[in-house]
Amino acid sequence: MIALLTRDIRLAMRAGGGFGLGLSFFLIVVVLVPFGVGPQSALLSKIAPGILWLGALLACLLSLDRIFALDWEDGSLDLLATSPLPMEGIVSVKALAHWLTTGLPLVLVAPVLGVLLNLPEAGFLWLTLSLALGTPALSVIGTFGAALTVGLKRGGLLLSLLVLPLYVPTLIFGAEVARRGAEGFDITTPLLLLAGITCGTIALLPFASAAVLRVNLR
Amino acid sequence: MLTVTDLSIARGGIPVLEGLNLTLGAGQAMVLRGPNGIGKTTLLRTIAGLQPPLSGQVEVTPESLVYAGHADGIKPTLTVTENLDFWAQAFGNHDISAAIAAFALGPLAARPAGALSAGQKRRLGLARLLVTGRAIWVLDEPTVSLDMDAVAMFAAAVRSHLAQGGAALIATHIDLGLAEAQVLDVAPYRAKPLDIEDFDGAFL
Repeated sequence: MIALLTRDIRLAMRAGGGFGLGLSFFLIVVVLVPFGVGPQSALLSKIAPGILWLGALLACLLSLDRIFALDWEDGSLDLLATSPLPMEGIVSVKALAHWLTTGLPLVLVAPVLGVLLNLPEAGFLWLTLSLALGTPALSVIGTFGAALTVGLKRGGLLLSLLVLPLYVPTLIFGAEVARRGAEGFDITTPLLLLAGITCGTIALLPFASAAVLRVNLR
Repeated sequence: MLTVTDLSIARGGIPVLEGLNLTLGAGQAMVLRGPNGIGKTTLLRTIAGLQPPLSGQVEVTPESLVYAGHADGIKPTLTVTENLDFWAQAFGNHDISAAIAAFALGPLAARPAGALSAGQKRRLGLARLLVTGRAIWVLDEPTVSLDMDAVAMFAAAVRSHLAQGGAALIATHIDLGLAEAQVLDVAPYRAKPLDIEDFDGAFL
């Protein structure tokens, strides 16, 4: 398990691993939005939580199809499936590796990019917290989507179409936490719902991902 | 170690082999032969547990089987040593020196696997078998793109594996120089074309 995790992280860090892909996409989106919206700092600070959440979500989506596609192409997935590692463990570790190489850097860089969007001071803590709570759910749901589309040529588009609707609850409650936090309202309800979604997906989806992966390997 | 009873298998929903029996004991090797498309790969994948049989049983000592397919499962950006280390750890082992020696990978150990030739990659893929420590090797065309010396290396590796009480089931078209191996021609087990009673079956 730990061997698989270190291998996946190492692969992501090496050339062509796509480690910086999500990060640079996030950076580009957040840098371009103020140009599009214009120099209205009041408006920017109002939409900042939503833009940051949306950017992080789309950046997460970019690298999803790599989770299983590369292992499927070079035969590693067949060999992993016949190894002593349980399939549920494999998909959980893959989701964790995806979060560590995509979600976690996004969480860490989001407060820095918040400055570019004139995010209110009160919002930084809640934005970071909501992203830290929400991005694991994005990785786990994305792993399920990647397992569904493994083996399809150009499965990336289908993957996005399948996964985006499943991302909606996380986006709603995550952005709500960041928005309410920025405006100084009570954040308890959306925060608890966001945490609930993340815990639920982490607990249940690996079983679904393992099941569809077994079917897709036949 | 491995018993297959009255096995029927399908590829893409179409039955390819039926009524197949085979047994493999410790120290035995079996070579599968048969024309292209007969279902050798499907048979090996079924035995490896990657797909369910249509009917019949595959009985295998649990946690004893390792499968090697057409693709080697090598990561081009990892070095030869890192690739082997990963598979050794995935199977709960640590020592990869014997595998490196058996397939003469020593001079290539620090090289990224993406920079290897096709034959060298295959040798790395076969060296993976040794680091797994599993008893039953299920191999699909293991000698593709190997030169004569490497085929001899492979035959020697199989022989020493058998001598240690292992077993090997190999689908291949070339002569491996394994005189002691039984040969099973799967062509007589070709499935008769069925009239499709359960149409849904084709979609499962």
